[in-house]
Amino acid sequence: MKKNLFSLLLALGIIFYFILTPMILNSPILRESSFTTLMYIALAISLNILMGFTGYVSFGHVVFFGIGGYITFALLYYYKISLFLALILAGIFAALIAALLGSVVLNLRGAYFAIATIGINEAIKSLVNNLEFLGGAEGLFFNMKIYKSYGGPQNALWLSFYLLGIITIVVLIISYLIKHSKFGLGLFAIREDEDAASTLGVNTKLFKTIAFMISAFFPAVVGGIFFFKNGSIDPGSAFSLTKSVEMIFMVMLGGIGTILGPVLGAITYDKIKETLLVSEAFKNLHLTISGIILLLIVLFVPEGIIGFLRRKIKVLKNILD
Amino acid sequence: MNVYIDTFINGILIGLIYGLAAMGLALIWGVLKVINLSHGAFITLGMFLSYLIFKYFHIPPYISVFFTLIIGFILGFLAYFISLHKIVSHAKNFKEYELSSLLSTFSLSLIITGFLLFIFATTPMAINLPLSLFETKLLASFFSIIFTIALTLFLYKTYMGKAIRAVSQNIDAAKLMGVNTTLILAISFAIGISLAMAAGNLIAMVFPFSTLSGILYELKSFVICVLGGLGNPVGTIVGGIILGLLENFFGLFVNQGLVPFIEFTILILLLIFKPNGLFGGSK
Repeated sequence: MKKNLFSLLLALGIIFYFILTPMILNSPILRESSFTTLMYIALAISLNILMGFTGYVSFGHVVFFGIGGYITFALLYYYKISLFLALILAGIFAALIAALLGSVVLNLRGAYFAIATIGINEAIKSLVNNLEFLGGAEGLFFNMKIYKSYGGPQNALWLSFYLLGIITIVVLIISYLIKHSKFGLGLFAIREDEDAASTLGVNTKLFKTIAFMISAFFPAVVGGIFFFKNGSIDPGSAFSLTKSVEMIFMVMLGGIGTILGPVLGAITYDKIKETLLVSEAFKNLHLTISGIILLLIVLFVPEGIIGFLRRKIKVLKNILD
Repeated sequence: MNVYIDTFINGILIGLIYGLAAMGLALIWGVLKVINLSHGAFITLGMFLSYLIFKYFHIPPYISVFFTLIIGFILGFLAYFISLHKIVSHAKNFKEYELSSLLSTFSLSLIITGFLLFIFATTPMAINLPLSLFETKLLASFFSIIFTIALTLFLYKTYMGKAIRAVSQNIDAAKLMGVNTTLILAISFAIGISLAMAAGNLIAMVFPFSTLSGILYELKSFVICVLGGLGNPVGTIVGGIILGLLENFFGLFVNQGLVPFIEFTILILLLIFKPNGLFGGSK
């Protein structure tokens, strides 16, 4: 138990660092970059609960980010309800959709599940594209007045940042609790051998569905916060397959199925992307270079940063998770 | 009444083109058990190759397609050894590399798409042939049928083709019978990529395209593979025709924008209720 606690505390420390520095320095620029990092962290941890613990790789996980974004946005846009309530409703709704979809697609395994999730994302994207009240392909835009009840646009930006920080901490702790619970053991059993797990009395169907619901809830809330801060939403940015793949990339990079892994993966990915986008030489080739890096990871360090450190440095073997 | 006949003919022609686009994906999926997520990127690569050859050498796509087939084969062969060989050869069975192969072929697609974006951005392109839209569709469909026949003959009548089918049915048994499985896997992947690029080459003369068009055909190809199964090229073409007809007839009754929604819903329903055509994928 002690060794695992270390990784949790380290991960918490990293997250707090990203929340506190912009706060203490009162710097909007730092806040913006930290916002992106925290968002990546939260998304990567959420996906890891499904992908890392349960072994179901969702290639369309961004669908929940988009659904959450649209629900929050629409609730604020049409009914002017409070942001907190809207975020919670968005999360619950996404989890319910996950339960509904999960009851069918979780019967598929491996690559078939992956393809089905891509299909779900594309289907919902094209549906939203055609729903007039959600703004169709153009999307929806907030009137600036909406931020008034949150103390003006400036305060609303800080508020979204703090909310995101809280969600990131919550999702990290939940992921830790799941991993060290009986429920988590069940999920790992499903990952290793689903048929054997089922034979040994794990209610695989229920376990998978709950894992899917949890890993859908948080991206939806994060999506809600993101698009609230953004002030506009459209199907292209809400349901972009690239973001889905970024999430997978971060989990793989950090170390699949670990607590600290997705955090490190998200930060490293964010730094790589930032460096590539800023540098003159690589700016336009950043996709190609991301592709090369991903390929190298898949081929040579499939266990990610955490796995690599554990293998290379003996001392860390029992500490990192 | 006329509108239905038009829709029908158009559906068949488009379907043949879709089938052509999916053929490479189906072959790779069937033989290597790899869902090639770089399929769309290679289709786009074929489109741009076709465009460049037409622009600089004034060779129309229906002739340059033969050149693209060769280039595609070479690129596919290289791509196999760069992105898949290490994963595939170390695994005991295909379940072990199922997910890593998704990621490695996806990174291949990022590399290609990033490169094309770097050169061409997302500007829409088109090849202006002195032919009508209907004529280009007819020409592309003709090639689709030729390719189907050629691939079927290759798979069923040649030694290499039989080896490929043997590997797709049982790789271990094939290896015991003296088949060089690594070479067969590499060649199958190369043929799949070569078909994807040839499809792109031909589609470029029918429809306008951009660097991001490939993903569209890739997603349609998933639906087609699930519809038509992976066993033989004829199945793929039939899957393509079904999709082409569905798209065109749905387009008559519902908003054209909703067609992708219907397509993907069909994909998901098929995956759930009719997965048995696909080498017993689920359960």
